[in-house]
Amino acid sequence: MSAVKKESPVELREIAADIANAARFVRKHAVASIYHAGSGHPGGALSSADLLAALFGAELNFWPDQVDDPHRDRFVLSKGHAAPALYAIGAHHGFCDAKAALRLRKLNSPFQGHPHVLDMPWVETSTGSLGQGFSVALGMAMGLKLHRSQARVYTMLGDGEMQEGEVWEAAMCAAHHQLDNLCVVVDYNKLQSDDRNDNIMRLEPLAAKWRAFDWAVAEIDGHDIDQILSGFRRASGTAGRPQILIAHTVKGKGVPYMENVPHWHGSVKLTRAQAEEALTALGASRSEIKELLDV
Amino acid sequence: MSNPALIGTSGDSLREAFGKALSGLADEFANVVVLDADIAGGTGAHHFRKSHPKRFLQFGIAEQNMMAAAGGLAATGFIPIVTTFAVFCLRAVEQARLSLAYARRNAKIVASHPGIDVGPDGGSAQALEDLAAFRAIPGMTVLSPADPIETALATRAMLEYDGPVYMRTGRSPAKRIFGDDHTFQIGKGHIVRDGSDLTIVACGVEVARAMEAAETLAEEHISARVVNMATIKPIDRELLARCATETGAIVTAEDHNIHGGLGGAVAEALAATVPCPIEFVGVRDVFGVSGEPEELAVMFGIGSAAIAQAARKALSRKAKL
Repeated sequence: MSAVKKESPVELREIAADIANAARFVRKHAVASIYHAGSGHPGGALSSADLLAALFGAELNFWPDQVDDPHRDRFVLSKGHAAPALYAIGAHHGFCDAKAALRLRKLNSPFQGHPHVLDMPWVETSTGSLGQGFSVALGMAMGLKLHRSQARVYTMLGDGEMQEGEVWEAAMCAAHHQLDNLCVVVDYNKLQSDDRNDNIMRLEPLAAKWRAFDWAVAEIDGHDIDQILSGFRRASGTAGRPQILIAHTVKGKGVPYMENVPHWHGSVKLTRAQAEEALTALGASRSEIKELLDV
Repeated sequence: MSNPALIGTSGDSLREAFGKALSGLADEFANVVVLDADIAGGTGAHHFRKSHPKRFLQFGIAEQNMMAAAGGLAATGFIPIVTTFAVFCLRAVEQARLSLAYARRNAKIVASHPGIDVGPDGGSAQALEDLAAFRAIPGMTVLSPADPIETALATRAMLEYDGPVYMRTGRSPAKRIFGDDHTFQIGKGHIVRDGSDLTIVACGVEVARAMEAAETLAEEHISARVVNMATIKPIDRELLARCATETGAIVTAEDHNIHGGLGGAVAEALAATVPCPIEFVGVRDVFGVSGEPEELAVMFGIGSAAIAQAARKALSRKAKL
């Protein structure tokens, strides 16, 4: 379903540049919305930005005028706490309004702390309790197979999320039913709420676990657009097995004081100075910072 | 046609009645799919597996994934029917909450093996908390039909209704209560036997026991009305208020913990409308044990004798008002 597959090398470079540009927008918008909210999870929003930008920019056959199309590709953000990044990429592609999305976590705003499908159908399902989005995506993949649809289902999991038993129930089930229309992306930033994965509950050997569950497994650099795109391309060409891209990422990517510091996983309050420092590091101009923070 | 001679006789278990009804409705409701966690022989879903194998989806012994996946199937236009034992539905309450109710999916959960009616499998398998848990989820409709005919009607009503539903069936052979002319509507209770001194409000297997209790009470010249409250949520507040006004005392009867189930729902409704003495028949906040259902009903105080005793107590409280 990907728009990328048929493109020439020159066009591919242009697509990669668009994706990098979208990822910059996602990071800046997510930081600004978390600043306005006074709470929210910046670390995982920043680590997932390139993956989301690539998915929405080149892989998903899904556009704002297609939200009800039964044959659209679906994306489920199973790690629902990265909602600010999802809202930002949605705004970038016209699924929602960018300025409205700055009212994150506010009363009477549809941009709740975690995505809710009744507030905005394009998020496909409500998430925020880890493990469930994956199962819902699996149910969608099953449903599409029953309909003989060619559409694909993508879902993003966090690394800490894989400590939920439900994830391995779904992993076994998807392989058993040969759901080759289902693709998982793991935002593997190695940090979770309280500490490093290794200090909370070890995930490694992660790729070996998924191979043992009979998934098509690829490991990629989750900040390298070319690797992400080729990973998705290989995945969508896989027959008979579900696919997983284990994307190695950096938590807080793009904001030096947040990178690899577990504190910035959790729901945090950003001061004006912290928000400005983050936006500056992400390449925002003075006027852009003012526009994002003084709404 | 109704056959009064059959009423009170032993019929199919409610799980078998559900399975047969679902299989029979499957062509009319062509978008129904049935989800199973390796227990179809026990839930009644085996009838559907046999009649419509392509729409029967096996999830293995993994109820959390099954429950949430139902949300995804509903999102692609199917009516998923999640089938397992009531106790394993409890294992996946949070999946039902987020991925079905919060997202307002048109998905149905049909739970067999509720209450001490489970019998020999013992305390671990006897779900006494499911009505309370599912009733507490916003937007979740909760049904507990009383006999095989009503179970078949409730199965159709559940498929015609657009929204998440939790329905209890039952393991043991059920007493027949209704004739073939019975009707069922979600949200409506109905009077199975009229009376004027008090009202027994029952659901599931307790309706037949309430009818026996009413017979016993009649011999003592106590006129007991029996209401079958097959919809626990939304509860029929109008009927409850009418019964409280007309009879002045209520007994609730359920194969469930006395906390949070039918009794709780009735008390909540009447406290806000027509307060009156209420006695609660149910398992008194303990776990069950192995035994035959009828032995357990006596042991745990949910048999017809316990209902009759609760009725006498409710009447004496009414007399003191």
